[in-house]
Order: sequence, then structure tokens, then C-alpha cells
Amino acid sequence: MNEMLTRNIPPITAETAEYWASCARHELQIQRCLECGTCQFFPRIMCTACSGKSLRWVRASGRGQVKSFTIVRRAVSEAYAAEVPYVVALVELEEGPTMMSNVVVGNVDEIRIGMPLEVVFDDWPEGVSIPKFKPRMV
Amino acid sequence: MTLRGKTAIIGAADTEVGVIKHMGATQLCVDAILRALADAGIDKGSVDGLVTCNSMAEPYMYHAEAIAEYLQIFPRYCVSVGAGGGTTFTALHQAASAIASGICHTVVIAMADSLRSGLSRERALAMQSSTGHAQFERPYGATVPAYYALIAQAHMHQFGTTSEQLAAVAVSARKHAERNPAAQMRTPITIEDVLNSRLIADPLHLLDCSLVSDGGAAVIMTSSERARDFRQPPVYLLGVGEGHNHEHISQAQNLTTSAAVESGQRAYKMAGVGPRDIDFAGIYDCFTPVVLIELEDLGFCLKGEGGAFVAAGNIEPGGLLPVNTHGGLLSHCHSGNPGSMFALTEAIFQLRGQANTRQVTKADIALVHGQGGIMSSHCTIILGRESGQ
Ligand SMILES: [Zn+2]
Repeated sequence: MNEMLTRNIPPITAETAEYWASCARHELQIQRCLECGTCQFFPRIMCTACSGKSLRWVRASGRGQVKSFTIVRRAVSEAYAAEVPYVVALVELEEGPTMMSNVVVGNVDEIRIGMPLEVVFDDWPEGVSIPKFKPRMV
Repeated sequence: MTLRGKTAIIGAADTEVGVIKHMGATQLCVDAILRALADAGIDKGSVDGLVTCNSMAEPYMYHAEAIAEYLQIFPRYCVSVGAGGGTTFTALHQAASAIASGICHTVVIAMADSLRSGLSRERALAMQSSTGHAQFERPYGATVPAYYALIAQAHMHQFGTTSEQLAAVAVSARKHAERNPAAQMRTPITIEDVLNSRLIADPLHLLDCSLVSDGGAAVIMTSSERARDFRQPPVYLLGVGEGHNHEHISQAQNLTTSAAVESGQRAYKMAGVGPRDIDFAGIYDCFTPVVLIELEDLGFCLKGEGGAFVAAGNIEPGGLLPVNTHGGLLSHCHSGNPGSMFALTEAIFQLRGQANTRQVTKADIALVHGQGGIMSSHCTIILGRESGQ
């Protein structure tokens, strides 16, 4: 297979195995500090707020909003060319942390900062489920 | 101890820039060093420190060692630094620290790459795909312009910045480049040209994005006590400061205010000057929105007013604060990490009064600012014609 046709598959590590396993079940998980209650993403062995080491995976609501976005008109590689134009966004989760994602939307010109979102999962044939977002009706 | 006025640059040179097919990245790096040595009027044997950054086209495991070996010099201080586009100025910071602490006395800082001619299409694509967090950013297919578009969009939303104001940055860079025969792109452009160029990642058009080039530059630094003994007028390092906020843009605490605030304040404090004392500046301009944010964060205008400041012509030739008088990454040359070197060498030529037809009328104190990653690492340098000692 042509290497350029391969999407950027996340290289899963010991630290992130639980996150990707939950994605496979179509659940978005983030870490919550048992000492100070802060939620964080992406996963770490320590709490970014209090440096505590008691972190627990919790299921996020999957709701969030667009913090910023761009519409990619020239794909990063040929593997993404069929998806152009596609939205890359920074999504602020209801629990606080920000994550990068795609917003799956019929008309990319509808995307706005502040737009309410909910998580959806894209099951890639490579065997990984990628959390993405779609506009949420409120 | 402060580094203020302790060190000076006694040699500076650029290679040919643009599309350079007849030289590879290693040759360009060595060519830059030889030209800088000639500019200073010194022999390679008097160099006892070398700072480089790695090349993407011709990488080495230990780049500075490889360049020293090529030149057959045997320095007592030899290091490759890597901080993206901010590398140049952190390298200068380290060289100045090494000189001031007595580790060595004459340091060459040299960087070059051939992103335009030296990379295969596969390597270029792989490079593009390798930006961002492997698990939490890259799967989403963002390009480098897309990462910067995220900050542009946030700035527009928060402050009402317009695409026309972003375009004014590119137009200004081109006006400067028209005055520089070495610049890669010198054909005049208008705001409409920028807005009519292809959208790459909204709101960034093709002409909001910097060039892809070959080229390199080198400077030679020594202690201020020794600096008067050479053929060029010394240019003194008056202030330097760094700020480091994140590696990945999705982890940025603020999309529209950068660690240029901290790097700038640290450099101003060391130099004992403020934004009003700066005669001209070199501001990292990989994409147009970066210039607006850096101008704000470095105190040249209020937060959120970068767009209006630029649209009023302040950074153009003859403006209140001429920015990137060589043409910048947008119009002169962007050969990757070494790209910001040209803002440094340009500041040196201007401070020496050697910038020919693009010479700014008052050139006593200059500020140059580099940033690397996606607004990740920041380094601000203040240079002057007088040591202030
Ligand atoms: Zn905590």
C-alpha cells in the first residue's frame, strides 16, 4: 500500500491505552484528580493543577463547544484529500479541558466559535476509533 | 550577573537565498560561516565556540560536531540547539551566556537548510504530517497553516481582526522585499492579491503563508572588550529573554496572547529600554497573524489592536516601526529553523548602517523576536550600536 494513503494513526502507549480502549467502546474518557477534582486532557501521570498522582479515568459528558476552528482546504496528505474541506477545531469540553478534533458538519461554512458540540466516534478501518464532534442541538 | 552589553556581534553574513539548487544544506551552513568569518576579518582558527541547529534536508545525529569536523575546527564549546523557529535567538542567548561565563571567547552561530530543493516529495509530506501531537492532534489532519489558522480565527473572534488586516502584514513584507535585491519574492502585491489567493486553511490564504526556501546565515559573537578590535563596528547584545508556554497548540493556555509577553519583558528589563525606544524590529512572520500577536505581546500596540496598527502602515518602509526590512519569512526567505537568522543579520546590517537602499533613518536600537513550534517557544533579543557600559 502507498504510504501516503495511510492516515495518521495514533501510536497508542501504556499511558493512553485506557483512553483509546474507551474510544473503541464509543466513550470519551478524561482524567480526574482525586485530590483536587481537576479534570485534564491529555493523560499524564500527575495532576497539572496540584501535582497529585491519584488520577482516575472518568467518562466525559461528550459535550463541549468550539473554542477555535479552521477549515482545511489543502489536505495534510493524500490520505485526507477526499475529506477536503474538513474542519479542525479546538473543542472546550464541558469538564474544562480542551482537545483538538474534527467537527463533522454538512456545510463547513456553518461552523462558528461557541457552537455547541457533542462527541461522535469515527471507526477507522485501521482498528482505532477517533473521537470527533458534531453540532449539538440546544 | 546580567548579559547586558557583555557581548557583541562582530561578523554576520547570509548565503544566497531562495531556490539554491547547486548547494546542499551542509554546504550552505559552511558557506554562511566562511562569509561571516570574512565579514569579521578573522580566521577559523580563532573560533572556539560553535552553535548550530540541525538541518531537515541533511540531518546529522550531532549537527554542530559535523559542521566543526567539516570546517576542521576544534572548539571548546559545540552544541546544536532545537526550538523551532525560535532556535536562532535561543542559540544567541546560549552563546552570549557561554562567552560571559568564560567558557569560550569567539562563538559562531550558524544555521542553514534547503527545504525548497533538498527534500524529496515524500520527506516534505512526512514533515508536514509530523507536526503536532502524534495521538491527540495528527489524526485530525491539521496542516501547519491550519494550526496557525486556529490562533488567527480566535484573534478575529475576540478582537474583530479582519482578513484585510492580516493581508496588510504580507503586503508590508513585500514592500520591504522590493528594496532588497536578495529577497526571493519582490513582485509588488496588494491586499486584494492576498485575499484573492487560494484559501489554505481559513482564514489564511496562500499569501498569508511564508515561503519555502533554501538558505542560511551565520553570525560571530565575542566579548564586548574584544569586539572593538575587528573590522566591522560591533553590534551589542543589550537584552535577551525567553518565554516557553507549551509544545502543542491544543495545550495552549491562551490562543491570542503568547509567551512573547514574558520574553519581551525579560529582554526589555535587561536592556533597560521599552518598546518606544526600539527603532525597527524583526518579528517572526511564518504566518501573518503571528505578527499581529507578537506586536501586541511585545508592547508595540495594545492587545487586540495589532490589526489596526499594521493596517495603518506602521510596519511598512518609513513607518513608525519598520518590521522585517529584509522582507521576512513572507517575502525574503524561509528555510525552516534558520529562517529567523535573516532577521538577526538584517538587524546587524541596519545597525551598522550597511542596509543600502533599505537603510532605516534611525537605527540605534533594534528588537528581534523568534517563535518556534506553534507559538510555543519565544525569544526576544535587543541589539544596539552602543554597549551602554
Ligand atoms: Zn489535582
